[in-house]
Amino acid sequence: MEKSHPMTNRSADSVYDGPPDYRVVGRHAVFPETDHDEIERINFLAQMNRHLSARVVPGVKAAYDARVEPKFRAENGRPPRDRHEARKAMLDDAAFCTWSALRRMTMEQRQQAGRWTVLRQAEQLAFIAAELTDGDERLSLDPDMPIPRYVSAVDHHCMPGSYHTENFPGDVTAGANYDHAGFVTTGGLLGRYSDGGGHAVVQWVRRNLPDFHPRDILEIGATVGHSTLPIAQAFPDAQMIAVDLGTPMLRYGLARAKSLGVDNLRFVQANGENLSMFPDRSFDWIQTTMFLHELSTTALRNIFAECRRLLRPGGIVLHVEQPQYGPDMPLFEQAMRDWDAFYNNEPFWSRLHEMDLDKHMIEAGFAKDSLIHGGVTAVVDRTLFPDAAEDSTEDYGRKAAWHVIGARG
Amino acid sequence: MSVSDALAKAGAKPAGKRPYFLDREVERVLAITMAVVQELAVARQRVDTLERLLRAKGILTESEIESFKPDADAATERALWTQEYLARVLRILQQENEASAAGGDVASEDVAVEVSRS
Repeated sequence: MEKSHPMTNRSADSVYDGPPDYRVVGRHAVFPETDHDEIERINFLAQMNRHLSARVVPGVKAAYDARVEPKFRAENGRPPRDRHEARKAMLDDAAFCTWSALRRMTMEQRQQAGRWTVLRQAEQLAFIAAELTDGDERLSLDPDMPIPRYVSAVDHHCMPGSYHTENFPGDVTAGANYDHAGFVTTGGLLGRYSDGGGHAVVQWVRRNLPDFHPRDILEIGATVGHSTLPIAQAFPDAQMIAVDLGTPMLRYGLARAKSLGVDNLRFVQANGENLSMFPDRSFDWIQTTMFLHELSTTALRNIFAECRRLLRPGGIVLHVEQPQYGPDMPLFEQAMRDWDAFYNNEPFWSRLHEMDLDKHMIEAGFAKDSLIHGGVTAVVDRTLFPDAAEDSTEDYGRKAAWHVIGARG
Repeated sequence: MSVSDALAKAGAKPAGKRPYFLDREVERVLAITMAVVQELAVARQRVDTLERLLRAKGILTESEIESFKPDADAATERALWTQEYLARVLRILQQENEASAAGGDVASEDVAVEVSRS
């Protein structure tokens, strides 16, 4: 018998593969304080998501192949026709249901953990945000702006109060919660300031459009500016405007940007469907990042039209999103990617990912031969953070590997 | 914000009807269990932090914890703690066993009717 030895969490020939310790995240003036146990709660939840995608999902796939799909065939005399039939068939299977229950709970635990941290210091965060933003003309709020049904009906990713609810005037806890604990879902794949998406877009533009020198840049649905700041920093001579619906996001966003030393940007409260405060041809670059899936069909059409109206000749529109469902994507993968739509309060996710976005861009007035298609993965500090491009696990819809759909003006 | 408000808001339900994937009772117990699993991980990391700080300050050496041998009294105290702990956690099994063995248990609700008769 082999001699037993004490268990350690590391052996000489194993390389650690997983989320970094949360303490490597970048902080700024309005970032919430996190005590030891709050940090470990976030570490645990990030590992929980990692465990689910790396060790539980393969069992869901095996169950689909071995049990769910054959049972469906036996009962219907044909394979599932679409992802909805595949998903509904999986709802009768223990592997899918157990994974789903655990994935939902992990999201609920993440929201509770992050919200406790920010709510216990809500007044202090509001004070810091006010110190940084009061009287600053780079924050334009419109508190009476109606919140559209596609945001108010269900709280996206089970985030109570969504992007827009203030617990009291000046409250920024929605922004602080979104900023500091998003790490749980991405496991650090978005990098030090959750800005790997923005850096990826900058890198894509520099490689593909080396002579592009934008003066005015707009990001729609910018939340706290995770993707906005890298763009503003990469083009310091440009002026950038970040638009969002949520008051706490915008207030927190400007405070965060100022604290991080980024000054060439403004935060404006507006609905992307109606940006009439900006004249035609106001921007050289219009960006959205992981935003389209939180809209509605009508809103998407309106926003594409606004992008067309606001874009200057020679400018670019870029939308970064999770990949579309194409005929080459297996139904199992489509059904798994649809999970967030039905069980994580992302109700437009499913429809968005089956839409012919090229057709909608053309209907908005872009020429077919001006359309842009590409792919990007998050760009992070690889000495501290995992690289999405080298990550072999698949977390259906959450991985920091995206498609780009866009157009030249 | 009061502690009571912060606790209530931290655990607030998001807008939207919650999906259930398992039997409702099973899913409820699993959700509670996973929260406990989380808190155990947090406590374990806190102990690890303490051990590392104590080692860094030279109060503990690398092997002292692994080679720790409680003396007879300490061993007894620790074993008793574990027994008490398990009895607390598994209380419902004990009580269900006692109920099976007793037989003929009456419900207080029925007794209430009985003792209220005039």
